[in-house]
Amino acid sequence: MDILEKIEKGLMKTDLPPFRPGDTVRVHVKLKEGDKERIQVFEGVVIRKRGGLNRSTFTVRKVSYGVGVERTFPLNSPSIEKIEVVRHGRVRRARLYYLRALKGKAARLKERRKGLG
Amino acid sequence: MVRGMLGKKIGMTQIFSEEGEVIPVTVIKAGPCRVVQKKTEERDGYNALQLGFEEKKESRVNRPLLGHFRKHNSPPYYHLREFEVDDIDAYQEGQEIKVGDVFKVGDLVDVTGITKGRGFAGVMKKHNFSGGPDSHGSMFNRAPGSIGAATFPARVFKGHGLPGHYGAERVTVQRLKVVRIDPEEGIIMVKGAVPGARNGVLEIKHTKKAGKKGS
Repeated sequence: MDILEKIEKGLMKTDLPPFRPGDTVRVHVKLKEGDKERIQVFEGVVIRKRGGLNRSTFTVRKVSYGVGVERTFPLNSPSIEKIEVVRHGRVRRARLYYLRALKGKAARLKERRKGLG
Repeated sequence: MVRGMLGKKIGMTQIFSEEGEVIPVTVIKAGPCRVVQKKTEERDGYNALQLGFEEKKESRVNRPLLGHFRKHNSPPYYHLREFEVDDIDAYQEGQEIKVGDVFKVGDLVDVTGITKGRGFAGVMKKHNFSGGPDSHGSMFNRAPGSIGAATFPARVFKGHGLPGHYGAERVTVQRLKVVRIDPEEGIIMVKGAVPGARNGVLEIKHTKKAGKKGS
């Protein structure tokens, strides 16, 4: 398994900011339109991170015009231009699926003031 | 050029294409192989190279095989396999064969390996029978069911799927695209799955099937 792990580590991005479930992030996604490329920003709360070295993904949830929208991104995809961490949220679990059932004021997360770690 | 070489399955992972699409790939450690014997038209009736893969202690080799290795001034190998060759004169016995010399990114290859053994398997696993319902008091769960009619034809037709030994057989997957090569490490990544468990020995050959490139 050692060789595979080495290869997968080599396929990972190194310039990603650390973020955790509960954080609000702004994901800059490259979009292809015909032969033009533009960048779209998707901002929301990270509700899940899945591991697996270069195969990791994370899911961002936002509420857009009253409709909940969730997008799952491969962490190491080249179509992710960059990720900005807007706010660290204080949460007590790793999978924030309970947010789906909440809306408005109830779906807010308290800010985590301390640094990561 | 040799038309193929031997390798070992490392495992699967994924890489991204330039467009950001995920490509599932199998990582194979190919070679280094060594030309143990040259088979020539005059002597053997056809041109081929016998390649050795993974060196072996001399004490582990039986006498007849050891004689073969000695005759060709080669260290003993665990695996020997013949591969077709375009230009036999370009190769000498003892020459080392590396991935970079045989394949390049974009090539289509056939990969042969021994599938995982599944032992004595039932008809659902082995022949994709649908089986029966699992619940509602069904007592027909994974059984094969009827295997034919009665007095006429009074026999079971040939080729009828029945339980039995499954897996651990030689299987070739054709036309897999070479996605990435690392000549230094001897690593080749091929799109899609490949027969066998990790660490299984694989034959990688340029594809037999012509047709348009890219799958």
